[in-house]
Amino acid sequence: MSSKPAKPFSIKHLPGFTTIALGCFVLLYAPIITMVVYSFNSGQSVALFEGFSVSWYFEAAKNELVQEAALRSLIIAACASGIATVLATMAALGTTRTRNFPGRTFIYLMINQPLMVPEVVTAVALLIFFASIKVATGYSGLAYLILAHAAFCVPFAYLPIRARMEGMDMALEIAAADLYATPWKTFRRVTLPLVAPGIAAGAMLAFVISLDDVIITEFVKSAGQDTLPTYMLGQLRRAVTPEVNAISTALLAVTVILLTAFFLLSGRNSPAGK
Amino acid sequence: MRSKLFALSAAALLAAASPALAEGELNIYNWGNYTSPDLIKKFEAAYNVKVTITDYDSNTTALAKVEAGGHGFDIVVPTNSYVPVYIDKGLLLEARPDQMENFKNVSEQWKNVSWDKGRHYTVPWQWGTTGMAVNKSVYSGDVNTSAIFLDPPEELVGKVNVVPEMNDVMNLAIFYVGGEACTEDKTVLRKVRDLLVEAKPKWLSMDYGTTDKLSSGEYVATVNWNGSTFRARLNNPDVVYGYPKEGYPLWMDSVAILKDAKNVENAKLFMNFIMDPENAAMISAFARYANGIDGSEAYMPEDMKTAPEIVAPKESAAAGQFVPTCSPAARDLYTAIWTELQK
Amino acid sequence: MSDIPTTNAQTTNARQLSALEVRAERERIKRNWLLSMPAMILLLLGASGPLLIVLVYSFMTPGDYSGVIWTPTIKAWFQIFFAVDIFDDTIGLADAHLTIFGRSVRLSLITTFLTLIIGLPTAYFIATRPGRQRTLWLFLITIPFWTNLLIRTFAILEVIRNEGLLNNLLRWLGVIDEPIQILYTDTAVLIGMAYVYLPLMVLPLYASIDRLDFRLVEAGYDLYANRWQVLRRVILPIIKPGIIAGSILVFVPSLGAYVTPRVLGGGKHMMIGNFIELQFGQGRNWPLGSSLSMLLLVIVAVALIFYVRAANRGGSDEQ
Repeated sequence: MSSKPAKPFSIKHLPGFTTIALGCFVLLYAPIITMVVYSFNSGQSVALFEGFSVSWYFEAAKNELVQEAALRSLIIAACASGIATVLATMAALGTTRTRNFPGRTFIYLMINQPLMVPEVVTAVALLIFFASIKVATGYSGLAYLILAHAAFCVPFAYLPIRARMEGMDMALEIAAADLYATPWKTFRRVTLPLVAPGIAAGAMLAFVISLDDVIITEFVKSAGQDTLPTYMLGQLRRAVTPEVNAISTALLAVTVILLTAFFLLSGRNSPAGK
Repeated sequence: MRSKLFALSAAALLAAASPALAEGELNIYNWGNYTSPDLIKKFEAAYNVKVTITDYDSNTTALAKVEAGGHGFDIVVPTNSYVPVYIDKGLLLEARPDQMENFKNVSEQWKNVSWDKGRHYTVPWQWGTTGMAVNKSVYSGDVNTSAIFLDPPEELVGKVNVVPEMNDVMNLAIFYVGGEACTEDKTVLRKVRDLLVEAKPKWLSMDYGTTDKLSSGEYVATVNWNGSTFRARLNNPDVVYGYPKEGYPLWMDSVAILKDAKNVENAKLFMNFIMDPENAAMISAFARYANGIDGSEAYMPEDMKTAPEIVAPKESAAAGQFVPTCSPAARDLYTAIWTELQK
Repeated sequence: MSDIPTTNAQTTNARQLSALEVRAERERIKRNWLLSMPAMILLLLGASGPLLIVLVYSFMTPGDYSGVIWTPTIKAWFQIFFAVDIFDDTIGLADAHLTIFGRSVRLSLITTFLTLIIGLPTAYFIATRPGRQRTLWLFLITIPFWTNLLIRTFAILEVIRNEGLLNNLLRWLGVIDEPIQILYTDTAVLIGMAYVYLPLMVLPLYASIDRLDFRLVEAGYDLYANRWQVLRRVILPIIKPGIIAGSILVFVPSLGAYVTPRVLGGGKHMMIGNFIELQFGQGRNWPLGSSLSMLLLVIVAVALIFYVRAANRGGSDEQ
């Protein structure tokens, strides 16, 4: 309780909180920024900054293993997020803006299950499951990885789509029905365009999640199926090279770009305008 | 709509990419940092084959993965003590390398070995020893002893790394307490277990990547293989290799074709390829281990002829022994001790 | 496609009306289920189904190097807690397993606590920023959240290793002469996990504080409470659901952490995730790996149930 009249009493201010908060941001970004800065280091050492150079990016880009791993990561992410988004959209349609029905909680549980189960357990489960299928069918292509990725991407695609749908006003669709539109046409011409930002957000989130996955990919992959994260994990266990720095920074840039897009899209969240 | 188009084009991309990868392939499963990239390039160019290499860090991991099936590998490179296990489980193809063109180049002593009589399954890759690698600027005492990791001197307490290769560590420890290779003697093993458990808090870590970490100085002492230490020394002259006087294991890694390999012809070509002296020299020049092919010395780098890591000093030579394949009972005991050590 | 109420039901006959309604209802349920089916099937194949297989495997006998022999036994479950001493054949507690479990729980709890004391002020700070600025801060806290786990672990590795940022800084400041060996210790794993999971704590806390009605805070001050009392008696109880959500979101993943302890622990400080992986490799005991996974799952499920209960209770406690 201050008797000094000068400074206005802010009810929101809590002593020390701002300092800790700012300190937290510094702590969060310091390692990342260090990594980014050193990826432009011309020297080999990660302790001494010798000069600005983009040579490590070229090294990484020239490295055939990196190229393959990057391409594989992109293919898996694209397929997995595509599949996950489509299925998540359908599931969202079936579970939102509707009165409760028997089994809805069960559907929720199933869809959100990857969020609740530790990744290591899922990885182990898939290892066992796929191993027997691989032996039985003799097929060991990318399909297993895509399937596994699509599965755990579904909840990440589902949540933004559902959030978007819940915020939508049914009046528009009812109006369409009144104008003799079939349910399919209503969906295509009214619902879908309105949910589109949510779907795009979900797809992007799923893409990022798939791109990032380490554990499940590490356990499930077969010969020569490295993705960028598993390649980096392998490298990390041997030596810390600036090449890994460069790859990490590049991945980080992709994530930032996608996230910026996500934020911009979500800014236009409510269809009726704020 | 958009997401459907997305999915369709991605699937098309995938379909387009796959055939290109499937033609003329060879999938090698080998130890990390152990295959010469130049050798692979030469092989790829000579036979128009696309080679992929997947790493493993221990024999047990490799065997577990191969036994589980569905791995997609054509070639694996197990250490001698594991080859009979692979053969007994029917995991290897009887490729008859002894009937291949280049087999005549294999050194006499490696032509008929106890773990693969008559070389029906495997071809020599490299062979070497396991010992101690120490940075002499940190510790200048005797490095020719397993006490470096089993009872570290003061300067090295908390700084020793131990590679988590069960066989090598167990053998070194067994020899240290005076036991015999593959012993099932419980009194000996109890001593080994207690020794290891007591020493573990004095270790820095139990990890791989020793070559690079020794070079950079991150590890100042570690259980290590001779070739890896040699390479580290080339980068960091302070590194020395010690042959434990209590006894150290000799081993040979050999190339084998897996029974469920998809690219058998390419694998056989590879087997023959590495029995050529010039190519064997390439393998050695990279990983810095001796190979088993006559005539390769002519192509190998000069320093390998005199390096202490390759040519054991006379006083140390006697303590080395080739460790045979242990009985399943022994292996189970070792695994149990090893698991206890992991906490 | 939403439930467009059919306003065309003209029938006045009560019995016919309800028959129509019943059919419409069944149609609705069927349609909802059909729409959700593909997602469910995918998850059954790629997530839930395999878990059942793990459960089955946990009751089998280990194969020699991999896989299982189809002979049911509860040995794998027994082995989690008890070990037969290799030499005297006495049955004692499975020291190794319990140490690892203990370490995992201990490190996870400390991580949760650390992220809470750092995360709470941070979330509070973001929530009390004015409009546009707030989006910027949110964006800044989200980036690390979505950055690849491996990259973040790697970044922290760079900072705490012997030639890394932290040691160099301390040496430059003259605080120490020789670099402190932080890497490959329990502390390294702790620092790594706190760093990696911090955003997971901040976001739910932010969501909770965002909904805080500051008029209540103002009321507290009007009643002559000082800042500390307001924090303790007004703010904290209201944001309790956020605290619990954040704690669960940090505790659960850190308990099952795999990458961070593997990279920062140097193989010496295994957590339960690493130990499970070991069983599928050098450990040669798939059933044990499976039973451990199931146990981990149970612990997580318990934590989640606790969260749901506490969140519901928190909701009803509000005003």
